Amino acid sequence: MTTEHGAVKTGDVVARVEDLHVHFSVSRSAPVRAVDGVSLEVRRGETLGLVGESGSGKSTTGLALLRLVDATGGRVEVGGQDVTDWSRRRVRSLRRRVSMVFQDPAASLDPRLTVGASITEPLIVHDLAASRDARRSRVAELLEMVGLRADMADRRPHEMSGGQKQRVGIARALAGEPDLIVLDEPIASLDLSVQAQIMNLLRGLQEQLGLTYLFISHDLAAVEHMSDRVAVMYLGRIVETGTPEQIYRNPAHPYTAALLSAVPTADPEAERRRRRITLHGDVPSPVNPPSGCRFRTRCPAARDNCATTDPELYEVEPGHRAACLYAVEAVEEMRAGAATTP
Amino acid sequence: MSSHDLGPTAAETDHSHGEPLPADRNRVWTALRSNIPAAVGMVILAVLVVVGVLGDLIAPYGVNEVNVDQMLQAPTWSHPFGTDELGRDVLSRVMVAARVSLMVGAVSVGLALLAGVTLGLVAGYYGGIVDNVLMRCMDVLFAFPVLLLAVAIVAVLGPGLVTAMVAIGVVYAPIFARVTRASVLSVREQVFVQAAVSVGASDGRIMRRHVLPNIAAPLIVQTSLSLAFAILSEAALSFLGLGIQPPKPSWGRMLYDGRGFVQDAWWLGLFPGLAIFVTVLAFNVVGDALRDVLDPRQLSQDEARRAS
Repeated sequence: MTTEHGAVKTGDVVARVEDLHVHFSVSRSAPVRAVDGVSLEVRRGETLGLVGESGSGKSTTGLALLRLVDATGGRVEVGGQDVTDWSRRRVRSLRRRVSMVFQDPAASLDPRLTVGASITEPLIVHDLAASRDARRSRVAELLEMVGLRADMADRRPHEMSGGQKQRVGIARALAGEPDLIVLDEPIASLDLSVQAQIMNLLRGLQEQLGLTYLFISHDLAAVEHMSDRVAVMYLGRIVETGTPEQIYRNPAHPYTAALLSAVPTADPEAERRRRRITLHGDVPSPVNPPSGCRFRTRCPAARDNCATTDPELYEVEPGHRAACLYAVEAVEEMRAGAATTP
Repeated sequence: MSSHDLGPTAAETDHSHGEPLPADRNRVWTALRSNIPAAVGMVILAVLVVVGVLGDLIAPYGVNEVNVDQMLQAPTWSHPFGTDELGRDVLSRVMVAARVSLMVGAVSVGLALLAGVTLGLVAGYYGGIVDNVLMRCMDVLFAFPVLLLAVAIVAVLGPGLVTAMVAIGVVYAPIFARVTRASVLSVREQVFVQAAVSVGASDGRIMRRHVLPNIAAPLIVQTSLSLAFAILSEAALSFLGLGIQPPKPSWGRMLYDGRGFVQDAWWLGLFPGLAIFVTVLAFNVVGDALRDVLDPRQLSQDEARRAS
């Protein structure tokens, strides 16, 4: 597999996934190809945004980085070490270096434990605090880092609001001083007003602590706001990567263009001029993805050889890559054909 | 970091979880007290425990104080439950036997709980072949009628207090294994368990710290119901002469000894029988009330069917 463009020292890469395949087999039927050949790198101090519809494999990719699901093919590297074949015991130490924030903060905290106990768990598991007092003061510190009062450690999840619970989830993810935090839809189940607060908190923590994020979301605006680089996934593959500017201003893959055209704008003038590219049909089954380009069954610009050639990611401009045989050209064509929204 | 979204915004509390949270302990307690049968049941159990612990200290006569002059006396003020064929005070014997019954109940249910919960936890948590092997073994035990299995175990080990406890423990372990496994299966899929895995917690830690506390409610209910059935089983075993050996008093044995005198001395059978009846009823009523409060979904139909 090709590596990312640019002179990046391997030391700067916190985690790398190479040609990752995660296939789930249910009994004897054909496996679900949740992730089917994904390669990506996360570099120290950056936020890599991973966008896609539900079922595109973005969460599974995140889970694979903590070995919460096992790869059926390809490699997962963390800190330059291949962790794909690590034993169960060894994998537990991996989970200090990569931590995770879950989508539903209410469900991800044990209802029977105080939030302090939930945050303490990584400290105990990885033996990070020698005494009870040391743990208590570390928990207090973590709570304050995420904007909660230290005395909230004794509360239980049901005594807190959704936003507060997600802050606790973030504090737990910070506890082991991880090299990478996988944020799996961290704002999706929060109220709109709280979403902004949590995003600001995450960005503030990143600046302050030099954190590295893999930000998984289906919220295009949130990804643009949060990310230094973006990868768009469709049906178990990455179809386009680049900086937010490149992806959002100048999408090269028809799928990205279609996704972006579906986002309404706040400005009524711009909204009137907005052209929607309508996609037809549903996402094909990941059990049996289309031949050639996976997007061709819904692509308004698909041509004959899209059915036979499986496009690789290639560079359309420095740092901007798309997996489409016709890339920019197809997007132009789609835009021309798209109707202005009424 | 800025401190927005602060303050005690407890307005957004959710009580969506069916299981009671520790903060709801007061609610459980209040609900139990306001349920009159359950309250009466708890009072009876409290009295029983006191009698069981103090036993011969507060009994008016010695358990084996033979007084042939006074044999087979009907209840009077000096012998409220009458006397048996050896002139022993039935009240004193019923009181002392309470200790044995409660002890057998507690120890055997304790054994069943320990074995059943461990097996159910492991089976439910690991699933797959481990689950299959363990649960099929439990099914084999489950297939036998309770008493038949207990009698078989006693026949192998020889009658006595300890064997009775072991036998009853073995017989009830599969029930706990099943209840535990079923609860573990649902808890295991919860996100907070995955979250614990994601921070690197070991399987043992997850089972102890996250799974077990979250399945406590059905287990508490099952325990109180099983205590009733264990006491009944002990009485049955003793009645058959396979449990507590004379001259130690036990309700089942007293019932057995009294059956020859039903026509002439009804009190010999009535009072031990009443003691069994009241104790089992009290555990059942409290157990049912606990179930209503803690765990309305779980119905112990298996146990009801087996006991019939």
